[in-house]
Amino acid sequence: MKKVALYLIPLGLFLGLIVFLYQGLFSDPREHQSSLIEQPMPKFVLPDLMDTQQTYTQDVFIGEVTLLNVWGVWCITCAVELPYLKQLRDEGKHIVGLYYDQDIDPDFGIKTVQRVQQEVTDKLSQLGNPYAYNIFDVKRDLSLDLGVTGAPETYLIDQQGKIRLHHIGDINPRVWKKKFAPIYNLLAAQ
Amino acid sequence: MNRVVYLFIFVVLGSFCSLALATENKFHFDSPEKSALFLDLTKELRCPKCQNQNIADSDAMIAVDLKRKVFELLQKGHDRQQVIDFMKQRYGDFVYYQPPVNPMTIWLWLLPILFVFVALAGIVMTRKRQPAEIDNEQLAKAQAILERDE
Repeated sequence: MKKVALYLIPLGLFLGLIVFLYQGLFSDPREHQSSLIEQPMPKFVLPDLMDTQQTYTQDVFIGEVTLLNVWGVWCITCAVELPYLKQLRDEGKHIVGLYYDQDIDPDFGIKTVQRVQQEVTDKLSQLGNPYAYNIFDVKRDLSLDLGVTGAPETYLIDQQGKIRLHHIGDINPRVWKKKFAPIYNLLAAQ
Repeated sequence: MNRVVYLFIFVVLGSFCSLALATENKFHFDSPEKSALFLDLTKELRCPKCQNQNIADSDAMIAVDLKRKVFELLQKGHDRQQVIDFMKQRYGDFVYYQPPVNPMTIWLWLLPILFVFVALAGIVMTRKRQPAEIDNEQLAKAQAILERDE
């Protein structure tokens, strides 16, 4: 009997290893916990994309549950999610764009704002406009403070201006149902 | 004639080299220590987008932005730890190649040590048991068989 128990040890270790490696097959190495969850929005002062005279600060998010969607016209996946975001807006969700441009290199030249505005207007009239307004992250400073790694990314911000969720990648019905809907519905019910 | 062609090729290729160097060196520091620290930090900070590259190595936009931020922070007088903390605050422990020791990662150190101790204990135990297995009675029997065969 004691011998049997002794033989079970390597079997147990082996099964443990199998489970560990099997999980590895389905884990996404790009997924890691964002360090900004439950943190207030970082401080910023940035202009509106379409009307650069108007500026926003972190306080614009207070009072309403907001989806902050990081995007750009140069980003292909963003174009893919735009129609679905439009659908979410039609359902009454408040979506704000955080727009940043790839061609504006703060160390070198600046693409004219008019050209960026034209590109955005073209894209949105083509695919639908889900945004209440777009914040123009001119030098990508806010993106850096938010821990953005690329586009598209989406943040769910609660009525107190706190970040509740950070999603890397596009939003589609599956992601919405699995990741966003539980928290969103909870917040919206408050 | 041939020589002229070679010289021409050499000069053209050479000018490309200096161009490449010129774009590499767009961050100028006033002191060599800061410059060295910058090189060190950009090697130790990991690009959040392109998993297995440091930000010095990567040309992804996020890596370029992070490099610029490191430059900015160093110019402002931040020291090494402050820059690392700044990045960790935004991109998590993931962004720095040296993981911290916490309840999750402590096992990376503990498991090998535990394994060594368990293995040592195992060896000691089997060694102790061995002499007991040699039975005098059996030895005598074997001796008898040997003698009979002779």
